[in-house]
Amino acid sequence: MSLILAAAVDTAHAVETASHIDVVGILRTVGTIASMAAGLFFVLAGTIGVLRLPDFYTRLHAAGMTDTLGAELILLALIFQSDNIQMVLKLLLVAFFLFVTSPTATHAVAHAAYRAGLKPLLGEYRAPDLEEDKT
Amino acid sequence: MSPFMGYFMLGSAFLIIVSMALMLVRLIGGPTLYDRLLAVNSFGTKTVLFLCVFCFIIGRPDGVDIALLYALMNFIATIAALKFFNYRALDVELPSGNSTAGRVKVGEDAR
Repeated sequence: MSLILAAAVDTAHAVETASHIDVVGILRTVGTIASMAAGLFFVLAGTIGVLRLPDFYTRLHAAGMTDTLGAELILLALIFQSDNIQMVLKLLLVAFFLFVTSPTATHAVAHAAYRAGLKPLLGEYRAPDLEEDKT
Repeated sequence: MSPFMGYFMLGSAFLIIVSMALMLVRLIGGPTLYDRLLAVNSFGTKTVLFLCVFCFIIGRPDGVDIALLYALMNFIATIAALKFFNYRALDVELPSGNSTAGRVKVGEDAR
């Protein structure tokens, strides 16, 4: 709540100094906060998933999905905050390389584990067999 | 950058560091080799994010170059480690098909 109040005071200060409504500044601040919060949520959720899920493949699922999206969202927040075009281009380059290499590395790890014979953990709760239901 | 945005970036960097520290738990205590490789790869991605946020905090945009370099090196290191642990050597040509000759089974030496 105090963060929201601080943001409101911040944008109000920007409005006073610019003597007209700074729509672009407000949009940049809101976009940065929303995108960074979503990215941090995804990154922390992926980390907790890697810690708590029972199996290698499920952990790979948690890390591979959320790291890509969280990284893109955090870099998008930084793009909203950057001032010059050079910085934006560098951050876009980082985002592009992460977008290409992160799923590729995840696929390589999963493929290597599968080819090496690592079995997925199959629990006791499965779909019931049809033949057993008849008896 | 306004003072509020500076504090916001500082909190974000702290949360990314918390996430990296939690990933170290899986890196140290992972049961199989592939868990550790997954943790290293995810740790490297979070390092790239932290470098980008950190160079925004200290106001020097040169750090994004280092982050870009680190992203590329992280990917290459993951692929090289996978190849090494599959073939026990880096001087091997990768097969084009789906042959499994020379691969190490997980029961033998993957822990």
